[in-house]
Amino acid sequence: MGTLLKRHRGLIPFLLLAPGVLWLLVFYAYPAVQMFISSFWSGTLETGFSFSLDNWTTYPAAIERYSEQFGRSVAFAGAATILAFLVGFPLAYAIAFRGGRYKALLLFLVIAPFFTSFLLRTFSWKIILGDDGMVIGPLKEIGLVDSGFRVLATPIAVVSGITYNFLPFMTLPMYVALEKLDKRLIEAAQDLYAGPWRPGGTIAGALFGAGTFALLAAIFGFDVLVMALAGGVVGGIVGTLFLSEAFVRVTLPLALPGVFAGTLLTFIPAMGDYVNAALLGNPSTNMIGNVIQSRFLTNADYPTAAALSFILMAAILVAVAAYARLLGTESLTTGRGV
Amino acid sequence: MATAAATGMVAAPRPSLLDRFSRAVDRYVLFLFTALAIVYLMLPVAVMALFSFNDPIGRSNVAWRAFTLDAWLSPFGVPGLEDAVWTSIRIAFVSTIVATALGTLIALALVRYRFRGQGTANLLIFLPMATPEIILGASLLTMFVALGQPPFFPLNELTILIAHIMFNISFVVVTVRARLAGFDRNLEEAAMDLGANEWTTFWRVTFPLILPGVMAAALLAFSLSIDDFVITNFTAGRTVTFPMFIWGAQRIGIPPQVNVIGTLIFAVAVGLVAISTLLQSRNARRAARLRTVA
Repeated sequence: MGTLLKRHRGLIPFLLLAPGVLWLLVFYAYPAVQMFISSFWSGTLETGFSFSLDNWTTYPAAIERYSEQFGRSVAFAGAATILAFLVGFPLAYAIAFRGGRYKALLLFLVIAPFFTSFLLRTFSWKIILGDDGMVIGPLKEIGLVDSGFRVLATPIAVVSGITYNFLPFMTLPMYVALEKLDKRLIEAAQDLYAGPWRPGGTIAGALFGAGTFALLAAIFGFDVLVMALAGGVVGGIVGTLFLSEAFVRVTLPLALPGVFAGTLLTFIPAMGDYVNAALLGNPSTNMIGNVIQSRFLTNADYPTAAALSFILMAAILVAVAAYARLLGTESLTTGRGV
Repeated sequence: MATAAATGMVAAPRPSLLDRFSRAVDRYVLFLFTALAIVYLMLPVAVMALFSFNDPIGRSNVAWRAFTLDAWLSPFGVPGLEDAVWTSIRIAFVSTIVATALGTLIALALVRYRFRGQGTANLLIFLPMATPEIILGASLLTMFVALGQPPFFPLNELTILIAHIMFNISFVVVTVRARLAGFDRNLEEAAMDLGANEWTTFWRVTFPLILPGVMAAALLAFSLSIDDFVITNFTAGRTVTFPMFIWGAQRIGIPPQVNVIGTLIFAVAVGLVAISTLLQSRNARRAARLRTVA
């Protein structure tokens, strides 16, 4: 054995890889192929399923029937990604640049929610956002909102749940990128007279604020114009105060890989999520994940469910491929991706 | 600007009012924001713990009524909960051991060697982490259905285990790999120069040094497995794990006993992380000492 390895040293990495990679091939890659095959099935669980390429019609039928839920998934996941970025970026920045000796503790607090059950955390939001709960109840009492007002069972509840659950996925990669950033570069920029960035910061902040708020308003069905105006004002103020030339020219470009990674790691799981919509929403806020889950587990309608899953996966593979092309496969598993 | 003024090389202009205001805001607002964000992140955990002390009317534990220790005194006082918790722990334990072993080997291969197909291997390890859980679960379900029809491949603890090992491998690779990247290979060469063969070098030098990384990976795998709901939902059949129990109870009301178990899991996980962090910093110091000797 020892001499065999010595003679074929090139084999060692493959021997180390073999068991794990085999497991992934059999239980990750092959099932994905099987799912594609299953989308061309017809039949029921009782009679058994038969494969035929003629069943391609499952795809257009599924898309037509569930286009609303597909659209909602994209909209909710997009809104949650934007919100998670708005919360996560300042948080990651604060920990990386101002964390000091509390850096490790703060980072731990960001991931600590993961040590509680995902379902229980989501259920906690049901308690917090409840119709007479700790947030809405007092608001009703002081008459700020009328007694019929509710957050649960609306898109807002579902999106806040998703935002909350995937916030650490957004924050961590941005933190890693900011932490790795060579702080001397920022000092160098400041030595080279990179000062505050006005009025550029005001304009950039206002445009970004107006854009994101308008997008969020469109998703939640608020008045787009009013929200865009509000976003413009808030963004303008934040931009005036915080956007410095060194930030725009050094920090932000170097943090972009982290922003991409965080966006991907939030948007992708959010697209497939069904727990938040099931616990915090109602049937009119169902996402594509809810459809896939009930088609598979309640209706045993495997062909439709497999077709829907495959469409979702294909969309995500395209996103990952674009990411890998942009940043290389190495960055995927070296931790920058996670 | 302050340094320039101090050295007297350049006459610094007086900072404008806006500059001074934005500097003050920068200092305090970012701090306040971070504090609020942490509160936001921990709030649902606190609510979960709080409601473990609630004395609800009937089964619906969503409104605070009265303080009681009842649930803490009989944490398994709900039929089926005890079995569900032990099933979860059993699955988490076995899947952690298998996934940590397989994932550590992959991490060693990826960091130590350059070989053909490395990019493909990287991609194969990344994809399960990037795939939504619902698709991991759904594709495994279609495979189990296709394996024997009808009736299809029985879904039970074994199929959950297969799924959990699968999604844990990637996370173990990433965690161990992050630790291996900062690893000083000179230590191994020193051991070999002193006459140790590869086997001895691995177990006496390499393994002790990567052990904290492996432990961190195992901890992560365990917590991912014990908490997994979505993939388990698709591969469980009639098997009830702790998250499956919550899902089932959720429609009629989650009993406070579930909050007790959730709080206990949180406390144990936080404690384990604290211990492993301490061990790790001790090991880092030891490695630093070794490095100065070498």
